[in-house]
Amino acid sequence: MGEWFAENGLLLGLAGLDGLSYAALVFMVAVGLNLVFGVLRIVNVAHGSLFAIGAYAAASIGLFFAARGLPPAAGFAALLLGAALVGGLLGPVIERLVLRRVYGQEEVLQLLVTFALFMILEDVQKLVWGVQPVSQDAPLKALGTVEVPFGDDTIPFTVYQLFVLPGVALATLIGLAWFLRRTLTGRVIVAVTTDKEAATAMGIDAAKVTLLTFTFGAALAALGGALASPTTSLVPGIGASTIVLSFAVVATAGLGQIEGAALTSLLIGLGRSAAVYFAPELEVVVPYLIMVAVLLVRPQGLFGVVETRRV
Amino acid sequence: MSQPFDVSRRAAVLGAAASGALLWAGQGARAQSGQKPSELRVGITTFLSGPASVFGVPARQAAELLIEGINRNGGIGGVPVRAFFVDEGPGADHLVGEYRRLVQNEQVHVVFASISSGSCLACTPLSTELRKTTILWDCGTQRIFEEAKHPYAFRTQGYGTPEILAPLLYLLKTKPDFRTLAVINQDYAWGRDSWELWKAGMDALKPGVRVVAEMFPRFNSTDFSTEITRMLALRPDVILSTSWGGELVTLVRQAAERRLFERSTFVLPVAEASMQPLGRTMPAGHIIGARGDHWNNHPRPKDPDALKRFVDGYRQRFNEYPIYPCHHMAQAFSALQAAYAKAIQAKNDGWPNDQELADAFRGLSFDSPTSTITLREDGQGLEDQLVGLSSHGDRFPFAVPRDMVIFPAAMVSTPVGQKSVDWLKSLKTDILEKVPAPIAS
Repeated sequence: MGEWFAENGLLLGLAGLDGLSYAALVFMVAVGLNLVFGVLRIVNVAHGSLFAIGAYAAASIGLFFAARGLPPAAGFAALLLGAALVGGLLGPVIERLVLRRVYGQEEVLQLLVTFALFMILEDVQKLVWGVQPVSQDAPLKALGTVEVPFGDDTIPFTVYQLFVLPGVALATLIGLAWFLRRTLTGRVIVAVTTDKEAATAMGIDAAKVTLLTFTFGAALAALGGALASPTTSLVPGIGASTIVLSFAVVATAGLGQIEGAALTSLLIGLGRSAAVYFAPELEVVVPYLIMVAVLLVRPQGLFGVVETRRV
Repeated sequence: MSQPFDVSRRAAVLGAAASGALLWAGQGARAQSGQKPSELRVGITTFLSGPASVFGVPARQAAELLIEGINRNGGIGGVPVRAFFVDEGPGADHLVGEYRRLVQNEQVHVVFASISSGSCLACTPLSTELRKTTILWDCGTQRIFEEAKHPYAFRTQGYGTPEILAPLLYLLKTKPDFRTLAVINQDYAWGRDSWELWKAGMDALKPGVRVVAEMFPRFNSTDFSTEITRMLALRPDVILSTSWGGELVTLVRQAAERRLFERSTFVLPVAEASMQPLGRTMPAGHIIGARGDHWNNHPRPKDPDALKRFVDGYRQRFNEYPIYPCHHMAQAFSALQAAYAKAIQAKNDGWPNDQELADAFRGLSFDSPTSTITLREDGQGLEDQLVGLSSHGDRFPFAVPRDMVIFPAAMVSTPVGQKSVDWLKSLKTDILEKVPAPIAS
């Protein structure tokens, strides 16, 4: 074992760096989904579409800025603007016009409705952005690369992936934890998450809380997409692949658990990266192996609590 | 007393309805007669949704453009063409039902199927069952004609084996000293099959190459950072990727940003369709292919005017250059026109039925703007392969090949009756001596 680590320690280090940036992106999307489920109790399949539209919007704004000769730093503003626009505009519209009508309905119906929404939004993406890959990498290029020592060699990593993505994810985790536990609005959200009935009886306007939470969750999904956009190419279908992984994170973390989403994303990110190096055939299944392993031991998820069934 | 009567009446009504439905269905499945129709109905299956719509939508656009041109010139045999498009996106099971619907309900005269190899493998047996001429207009799996006979199916372009062997031969001619190789392909049929073909050919022609990494990231992956880090650490001489679409664009962008192209030579057999979105990001000096010979800068096309007309017409209409599925669609329509002309002539100006149309396809030669393609007796088309090194110039705002080699189709295609992997394993190094010289450009 010690010999193996001596041989592969450097590779493990590289895998750790890759895993961190991947985990950061996974967390940004999954945490929004988790938050929304905690309050709305709806498994929102359209969350993947918000990720995709956030990415497309950020890329389009970035390209618009670049075409007008704005400095590369404006690309970062484009990321935030794209996320804010998608979260702020689409979030309330979806919650008010669609989701509000299915609260308390059968889970199957809720799933079908959000799936239908997902399909509609997929077509909207094609209508607006076409089918050819869209990319905008000004933020990535603006920061350049950094050489990471690897034995006698060095491996170039982009500063964006090594520092910006994990940094934003960490800031989001800390900020979200602070917001939910230290602010009145956050505590109200936690109250509705814990016991909607009791919270409503105490005078909390649950309708407002759900609107706010969904908008916030949508903005997080869009921010995840916006952050991913400089590193990838946007094509039809990216929302679908994102949502599947996000569901695995949410189920493993425990529904509604922010810290659980962070830890699960980290486990999945590191596990997947290690698989690419040492067992590439397992790369695709690693997130789901982690999910199965956790759920076998803790069916309520890593940070989930066992709920008493109410009659 | 009334109940038995009611039941029997209901049964009679149901029976009549069922019989009618069966008769109607049977009518649809019946072979097309030799009577000249008012319109020539063509069913076209292509990806209109999902990641492969990067191919499917441009192909549909090309089809619409081509049909407009054909109809402007009087149609095929005087009959206007009408297309019925079907989305491959929902998967092979759904497509099988759609294929039947096209034939039985829409009464199409010909089916063009499909982009995905899985779709083609599912649909092609139906061409025999329903006796409907089916043009395999884009899919590349070698299994179609190597594992079964399909008398009503014809592939109007090349396929996986020549599309992989040609870049391999190009690599062996231009960089014969490579010792290590890594592969990063999509985790689905094409990614796995193309690697099997490459490995079989490489082991036969250059035994001893060390494969330092075999990576098959999830289909539709959006991030290859980890795979790139691993390849940066391994420093293979050559990196092979048969990936396509957005995934290839992402792989190239991420690899270029981290200077992987400076450490290894890339071989990208399906690169052409991704060059436009990549623009100047695609580094120069790497081996790129196009699943055929239809590069927009073909050094000596058979009909330069026709190539220019097609490329310019597509650009004017859709504000982008046509990519290889557009050229494959053009080849399919060219074959359709040639087959009808041949069948009509054989019938002394009569309109061919299904069998006569299928007969006309066998051994058919038809023109593409860049060459002439001939359909072999097994239905497989012989299309040349054009491979070169990525380069940038003033004419195109994206990479196109230089030092191009046009590989004759017969040289890189599996002979009729043999299996591709077995044939590739049997290759001898003397094939390298037959590789044509690069064309200066």
